[in-house]
Amino acid sequence: MKGDFPILKGITYLDSAATTQKPIHVIDAISHYYKTSNANVHRGLYTLSQKATLAFEDARATVATFINTTPEHIVFTKGTTESLNLLASSLNLQEGDEIVLTEMEHHANLVPWQQTKATLKFIPLKDDYHLDLEAAKELITDKTKIVAVTHISNVLGTINDIETLTQLAHSKGAKIVVDAAQSIAHLTIDIKDIDFLAFSGHKMCGPTGIGILYGKDFSNLKPYQFGGDMIKEVTYETSTFQEAPYKFEAGTPNIAGAIGLAAAITYLETATHPHITEYALEKLQSIEGLKIIGPQINRAPVFSFTLEGIHPHDVAEILSKHNICVRAGHHCAMPLMKKLNIHGTTRASFYIYNTKEDVDTLVEGIKKVQEVFK
Amino acid sequence: MNQETHPSLVNPLILKNQIGEDLSETEEIYKENIIDHYKHPHNKGEIEHTTSHRELNTSCGDELTIYLNINNNIIENISFTGHGCAISQASVSMLTDKLKGMSVEQAQQISQEDILNLLGIPISYVRMKCALLSLKTVQGALC
Repeated sequence: MKGDFPILKGITYLDSAATTQKPIHVIDAISHYYKTSNANVHRGLYTLSQKATLAFEDARATVATFINTTPEHIVFTKGTTESLNLLASSLNLQEGDEIVLTEMEHHANLVPWQQTKATLKFIPLKDDYHLDLEAAKELITDKTKIVAVTHISNVLGTINDIETLTQLAHSKGAKIVVDAAQSIAHLTIDIKDIDFLAFSGHKMCGPTGIGILYGKDFSNLKPYQFGGDMIKEVTYETSTFQEAPYKFEAGTPNIAGAIGLAAAITYLETATHPHITEYALEKLQSIEGLKIIGPQINRAPVFSFTLEGIHPHDVAEILSKHNICVRAGHHCAMPLMKKLNIHGTTRASFYIYNTKEDVDTLVEGIKKVQEVFK
Repeated sequence: MNQETHPSLVNPLILKNQIGEDLSETEEIYKENIIDHYKHPHNKGEIEHTTSHRELNTSCGDELTIYLNINNNIIENISFTGHGCAISQASVSMLTDKLKGMSVEQAQQISQEDILNLLGIPISYVRMKCALLSLKTVQGALC
C-alpha cells in the first residue's frame, strides 16, 4: 500500500493524526479535474460548468453514502474547525444554556463554544484515560442544549463511547455533536442517532481545505456566512436564503477539494487497515523511561508519550534526523496538558500505510534519542 | 520595522542562512555543552530581584521567567525559572551567565546573532523560537 503514496519514500511518517499523506489516486483526481472540468459550479449554463457541478454534487453524494446518510445532510466546509465554528455560531445558544464538553477536547471543539453565551461543563477523565460516564450522567441536565465530544482523542488515542453519550444527551433533550476529525480515519462511522458530526478531508487521504459538517436537521440553524450561492432572492434591502446544505455554503466552494475527498473515499473503500495498535503499544511500553499518556484498551493507534528527562521537542528533532516524522507539543489541547500536569508529549500516530516495521524503526529511533541524552 | 526590538519576529536574514541546513552529523546540534547546560542549567531558581518578566512559547508550551537584580544600572544578579527543550534551556543558561555584571544598555544591545553565536550550533527554522525565547524574555524585562 505504501507504493500508492509517492511521498512515503525514505521516510517513516508517523504524524497522520495531524494530516495524512495522499495516494496517487487522490492527486490524479484533483489534477484531472483541473485539466478537464474546471469551472464555477451551480450557475454556469455551459457544458463545462455543468460537468463541474455534477462532479461536485457527486462528491457530496459519495461523502453521504460513506457515513450512511443522504446528500442534503452534508455541508462542505474548510475542515473540522470550520464545521464546529459554524455550529457554535449558528445554534443560537442563550445565556443559561449549558454545553457539556469533555476534558480531552481539541481547541477546535472548545474555543468556538467559549465564544457563545452558554455555560461550559466538562466530563472528567478517569485515571485510565477514559471518560467518567457516571459523572457525565450528573453533568448532562435539562439545562444542557449541546453535548459536544471528540470521538477519538487526538492526544490520548482514547475511543469514546458515543452511543452512551448520545443516549444521555437525548434523554435530556440535548443535541449530540461529534468531533470525528480522528475517528473518520480509524473507525467506520454510521451516523444513526448523531445530530451533528464534523470531520476533515485531509485526515483521511483527502486534500487540505475541505471538510464536512453532517447535520440530521439544519432547519433551526441560521446561516453564518452570507454572499453568493447561499441566497434565494436578494433586494437592496433584504434577502432570503436557500435550504441546507446550500445556505451554509456562501461563495465559490472548494470544488477540487470536494472531488479529491470523494476520490479518497473511493480509495479507502479498497484499503485495508493494518492491525498494529496492540503491537505498537507493547513495543513502546517496553522502552525504559517511556510513559504512554493514554489508555491500554479501546484506543486508536495515536500514541502520546513522555521520555524521562528529555523534552518532547528534542525527541522529535532527533527522530527527524533519522527521517522519522512525529509531533511534539501540546497538540492543541492545552487544558488537557495542564490537567495531566505535563508540558507536552511526543506523539506518534499510525495510519493505513504504516507497518510493523515502522513501529520497529520508531523504537530504534527513540533508543538513539536516549543515547544522545545519556 | 527593526527586528532587533521585536524578538517575537525572527529576523529573516538570519533564517536565510539556516533553512535547509542538512546536518550530516545526526546529533550535531546536541553537542555536549548544550546537553550539559540542559541537564545542569546555570542560574536556575528565583532570586531577590528588582524586576522580572515572563514569556511563553505558545506553539510549544515552553515557559520562561527571568529575574534581574539591577543596581546603579548594573545587572548584579540574574536567574530564571521555567521549562523548555534543550535548546531553550541551554540558551537561557548561557545568556544569564553572559549578562551578569553588564550594564542595562549593554544588555539591551544583545542581538539574535549573539544568541546563535553563544549556542554555537546550527539552529533550524522551527527551533529558532526555542533559541530566542531567552532573549525575548530578557528584552521584555529591560524595556
